[in-house]
Amino acid sequence: MNTATPASQLANSIAAPSADNDRSFRNTYLIAPSVAVLLVWISVPTIMTFWFSFQHYNLVNTAGREFVGLDNYIYFFSSSSLAIAAFNSVLIVVGVVVLTIGIGIGLVLLLDIEFPGSSFARVLAISPFFIMPTVAALIWKNLLLDPVNGLFTTILRAVGLPGVDWFGVFPLMSIITIIAWQWVGFSVLILLTALQSLDRELKEAAAMDGAGSFAIFRFIILPHLARPIGIVVMIETIFLLSVFAEIFVTTSGGPGLASTNLSFLIYVQALLRFDVGLASAGGVISIILANVVAYFLAKAVSRSLEI
Amino acid sequence: MQELSSEWEQKTGNSINWLVLEENVLRQRVTTDISTNGGQFDIITIGSYEAPIWGKNDWLTPVDDLSADYDYNDIFETVRKGLSVDGKLYALPFYAESSMTYYRKDLFEKAGITMPDQPTYDQIAEYASKVHDPDNQIYGLCLRGKPGSGENIVPIMTSVNTHGGKWFDMNWKPQLDSGPWHKAVTLYVDLLNKYGPPGVTSNGYNETRALFASGKCGMWIDATVAAGYLFDPAESKVASSVGFTSAPIADVPNGAALQWAWALAIPKSSTKADIAKGFIAWATSKEYIRSVGEKKGWIAIPPGTRQSTYDLKEYQDAAPFANFVKTAILSADPTKPSVDPVPYMGITYASIPEYQSIGTEVGQQIAAAVAGQQTVDAALAAGQAFTLRTMEQSGYTKK
Amino acid sequence: MSSRPLFSVGINFIVGWGAVLLLVFPIIWMLLTSFKTEIDAISPEASLIFQPTLDNYRAVLGRSNYWMFALNSVGISAAATFLALLIGFPAAYSMAFHPTERTKGTLLWLLSTKMMPPVGVLVPIYILFKDMSLIDTHLGLILLFLVANLPIVVWMLYSFFKDIPRDILEAARIDGAGLWEEFRFILLPLSGPAISSTALLSIILCWNEAFWSINLSTTKAATLAAFIATYSAPQGLFWAKLSAAAVLAVAPVLIMGWVGQRHLVRGLTFGAVK
Repeated sequence: MNTATPASQLANSIAAPSADNDRSFRNTYLIAPSVAVLLVWISVPTIMTFWFSFQHYNLVNTAGREFVGLDNYIYFFSSSSLAIAAFNSVLIVVGVVVLTIGIGIGLVLLLDIEFPGSSFARVLAISPFFIMPTVAALIWKNLLLDPVNGLFTTILRAVGLPGVDWFGVFPLMSIITIIAWQWVGFSVLILLTALQSLDRELKEAAAMDGAGSFAIFRFIILPHLARPIGIVVMIETIFLLSVFAEIFVTTSGGPGLASTNLSFLIYVQALLRFDVGLASAGGVISIILANVVAYFLAKAVSRSLEI
Repeated sequence: MQELSSEWEQKTGNSINWLVLEENVLRQRVTTDISTNGGQFDIITIGSYEAPIWGKNDWLTPVDDLSADYDYNDIFETVRKGLSVDGKLYALPFYAESSMTYYRKDLFEKAGITMPDQPTYDQIAEYASKVHDPDNQIYGLCLRGKPGSGENIVPIMTSVNTHGGKWFDMNWKPQLDSGPWHKAVTLYVDLLNKYGPPGVTSNGYNETRALFASGKCGMWIDATVAAGYLFDPAESKVASSVGFTSAPIADVPNGAALQWAWALAIPKSSTKADIAKGFIAWATSKEYIRSVGEKKGWIAIPPGTRQSTYDLKEYQDAAPFANFVKTAILSADPTKPSVDPVPYMGITYASIPEYQSIGTEVGQQIAAAVAGQQTVDAALAAGQAFTLRTMEQSGYTKK
Repeated sequence: MSSRPLFSVGINFIVGWGAVLLLVFPIIWMLLTSFKTEIDAISPEASLIFQPTLDNYRAVLGRSNYWMFALNSVGISAAATFLALLIGFPAAYSMAFHPTERTKGTLLWLLSTKMMPPVGVLVPIYILFKDMSLIDTHLGLILLFLVANLPIVVWMLYSFFKDIPRDILEAARIDGAGLWEEFRFILLPLSGPAISSTALLSIILCWNEAFWSINLSTTKAATLAAFIATYSAPQGLFWAKLSAAAVLAVAPVLIMGWVGQRHLVRGLTFGAVK
């Protein structure tokens, strides 16, 4: 479970010679509660999941559990659905992260400036994130994207274009749009809080020195946002790898496997098929994959994190 | 039921906490609890699919020993059989449904068509082509297209059955590569591509009902329970023009119309089985059905379970489709879904635990064919391979 | 604030509000739909001109005990967030200001605990909760939401703390301030916006969590996410009633966000210390 992080790559730049008790208290015991709580949480279910993944264990089949070795893993690796689902998972993450960061930065630049009602507008911009995933998916699917009665169809028809079957023709893109809409609120929340802590005088001084808006953006704002962007990327990646509700509500993973990600693949095993053994194997596989992704991601953003 | 149950609470002094969930969520919630012996529920709502499987698993308390004045024989036999296993009744039906063809009388009149009492699939195809008018957002035929064992498989299976097909033969060998499947699925894909609404692969029952209610469909073949909504002017734009007839048949009459019941059952893990029995006896009784009619209007009574419901003059007056539904339910026999004998029960499902994942997979494959991502042949071949492997793994057929 | 030309403010106003309204349009549309009849809801032609009705709200409020769900959501989200801040704050402080060679590994490990796909571990968790009698209890959900959000809370606080110059704390320490004084008089005042953004984020995440609250609660501890789950009922999907239920489920957290906005904007003054 532990993320593999070689100690060698740790940037260790602390000049901390004093080895008194106070210091070790500050850098060890203060972390202990967090680590302890999560250790308990993570280890027990993970060990159980790992254990179940080697068993034939179906909730609805009461015939009994038996040890089947690697059968469940073989099942996953012998079907092409695992690779497709893993690829879709990554596509969703990349698509949503790019969209939310791009749109997020644009919005934040607009909202950082004072204008009448700007503080209210800021809160509104965060509000898509307040909508529960199921609700967001239902609104988009029925009220907006429905190819017959949806609002977008009405607008398209008004200008003489036919309605589009969004979830049939562009299943993954439609889902990415819905998720990105929700998570733009998150990137606005993080980036705005960070941008507002940027010294306004610094910007004004630069402007007085004759720096153009682009130069201010490129050399003052963007570097300042580097760490918050890193945070957005990390946190979104973690959450989006296990996106589920939006797919469940809209396409059920289809047509075919076009919009099935790893979570949905596991859902089918766990809660349609009630095959705990297979679902556990899928869970173990996706934990490993997620850690691989996180490892490379951490490498990529570690510069901006300055850890 | 929730509103009226306060009567029962007052009468008996027991109180009920309700948990209402969407179908899939309900199934996962209840299955998780009951299989881990969680004991969270005293009464559960289950469908025709679960009742025999769970009964066999010894998860449910049999309910054939209620008080002497509970009228079992009044419950339709086909419905009772669907909820029993090895002759023991494990759940009491709350309402039951079959399927029928809904159509728009106004559109049919304009096109000069008279809908027969028993249409065939050929006729349905012909009518669909005549009323199909996509420029005015009228689509000839709407069907469920969203992949899922309880979604697109429903219209597909009724068609497969009436084309003479089945899920498995008596040796549990999957039959998806057989002629009837091929004919039925080709027809389904063709009809939807030619006369179906756009985006049909994301339409489940709910979405399709909304489509028909908003006047976008010429015909719709689906559950009888939708009639109550389509005839209600507060919910439906087409309340005055909706007509109905039997679900279409092709080669054989078996399994052309679905049968499904929602029923109340008591988990073995319940510690209050006696009180629970009292409640479900009340909630599925003749007297309860009558009191719903008196308090909530006769059209709203839970249909399809009891002969006495259809003897109520008030219901016959309020619901023009009442007798029709009764006939459909009586003629749909879940123990004989196909013209050939089969080892399972169920018209749109097969009463084995593995069916959920088989139905989901086959539904996905066919949806991909409707979306044009693969041919019908490829979809059925993939479905057959998956089903075969699942059955082998579960030990039904030898490797 | 320098005096900007009036028309530039005007352009900011139009562009800023234009972008925001476009973004929140789906929410506005949901709000409108909640006041329509079911028939108007499925006819987009009747989009803006319709006879508003409160029937949907009446139906939704009449059917289930909305206030119980709302109270559970507020209580559970608040408690889980408070606990997460309580444990997470010292951890983030320690890692930001007193990093060791283990810090990066610990941070990544914290996040990696979030990678278990919930659908894959439902059965083990359910069995555990059953054995500890935690199913359908507030405590059970609070604990679950605590562990789900703790990594996020630590990460958020950590990243904000990184912006606080270390010398301020060190100066205080040289002046003889203990850990408590350091927290109380230096870190807390400096990290007001950080704490409110983090708390808001954590509350939202708890609020929106549907999978666990549906699967681990029955009637006593169910949150608004479970309340919503009852509105795509098997007998049919009703756009207008669903919209009304969604508005009711989202309203409390939206209001909380609006009230909390002052704290978010406080970030303006926070920058000055740098």
